Amino acid sequence: MSASDLAPITNSLPFLLQGLGLSVLLTAIAMVGGIVLGLVIALVRLTRVPVLAPFAALYVNGFRAVPLILVIFWFYFLVPLLLGRSVGALYSVLIAFVMFEGAYYSEIMRAGLQSVRVGQWQAAKALGLGYLQTVRLIALPQALRNMAPLMVTQGVILFQDTALVYVVSLHDFMTSVSIVANNTSSPVEMYVFAALVYLAICQVGNALAGRLKRASRTA
Amino acid sequence: MTYSWNWGVLLQEPYLQWLGWGLALTLAISLSALVIALSVGTAVGVLRSSDHAVLRAVTGAYISVFRNIPLLLQMFLWFFVVPELLPAGAGHWLKRDLPYPEIVTAIVALGLFTSSRIAVQVSAGIDAVPRGQRMAAKAAGLSQLQAYRLVLLPQALRIIIPPLTSEILTIFKNSSVALTIGVYELTTQTQQIQSITYQGFEAFTAATILYVAIAMTVTVIMRAIERRVALPGTTSGGLHVRF
Repeated sequence: MSASDLAPITNSLPFLLQGLGLSVLLTAIAMVGGIVLGLVIALVRLTRVPVLAPFAALYVNGFRAVPLILVIFWFYFLVPLLLGRSVGALYSVLIAFVMFEGAYYSEIMRAGLQSVRVGQWQAAKALGLGYLQTVRLIALPQALRNMAPLMVTQGVILFQDTALVYVVSLHDFMTSVSIVANNTSSPVEMYVFAALVYLAICQVGNALAGRLKRASRTA
Repeated sequence: MTYSWNWGVLLQEPYLQWLGWGLALTLAISLSALVIALSVGTAVGVLRSSDHAVLRAVTGAYISVFRNIPLLLQMFLWFFVVPELLPAGAGHWLKRDLPYPEIVTAIVALGLFTSSRIAVQVSAGIDAVPRGQRMAAKAAGLSQLQAYRLVLLPQALRIIIPPLTSEILTIFKNSSVALTIGVYELTTQTQQIQSITYQGFEAFTAATILYVAIAMTVTVIMRAIERRVALPGTTSGGLHVRF
């Protein structure tokens, strides 16, 4: 690769970095929102709250059965309709991602809470702790240790999935790269560069997940 | 909220036909990609489980590359970049003479993307088979190939049926990414119906129901396979404490 091959990249670096910033922001908000929503859904399902629990199951199974692109289209269409005014692609995409990730994180949370041994729940009950106290003081701290690697792995998948906002022309990293590739007629340089960036960032996430996994094993 | 409902739009031509073609293409792309993913994934997974350092390194690199680049970008790489990098004749053939280039690209990209995930499952499945089985196969005089074919893989594939089921469900959903390189699969068609008729509710509901139906069918088939091939004494049960 010569210096001129890199020109499309270096000339548009601020634009590309802005795109990367949006990808990271989307990932962070969807991850935090998804984990909080996922915890609530998991608890509703595990405690078998009447009326709510079947809805929670329907919610999770529904979101997990359809493609994320379709979910993005749904919210892109629904959010302005429900609010009665247009709010821009970013807000509808953020809502779509949080709700979609909530379904996936709830399954991780549910498995994590179920992985806490029965004796722990029985002991907490024998000590006189209530259900929510047991979740907060006994189950979650242990479950989080088991779930942490999976939550990071899901975050890596989520980071890759943010590329799909391309379908509503939101300028994330992927979309910015494709705009530059088209404007400068340099698809080879731009897409290979983008692949290396995604690869590097995801590898950091995977390394973190691996580290957490080893830590939870030795704990 | 002001919205004028018109469910009849789904039964009008050409929209009904668009949905039918979209569904057919989604099924065709997903199933073809699944064949690639299962065969390449199993081969890579088996090589990954070997003791050979070079094989482990090569398969490890394959898995990282295909797992850590977004599927959308992988489709773009196969579609826009690979023809440019090949020798002129081959690149020309890909761009000009290959029939349905966007569909073929979608199948290859989706198949290889998924193969890396299946490879991880297969090698984890082989690792989960007790070590004594491998040793016993060797002691019984089986060759390496026989040991994999007759002893290790039959057990490993049974172990990975649950995660494999979710990967198969994912392949059907991921086929929607083919939209980005211009394949008129189910999601693309409903998006088209929405943008032409403005009946987004009806169009997206139709797509949602069809995807849910696909997911339910796959789940039922995989459960039946799992029951059919289950070895006695290997099912697990959960336990709940009620508060």
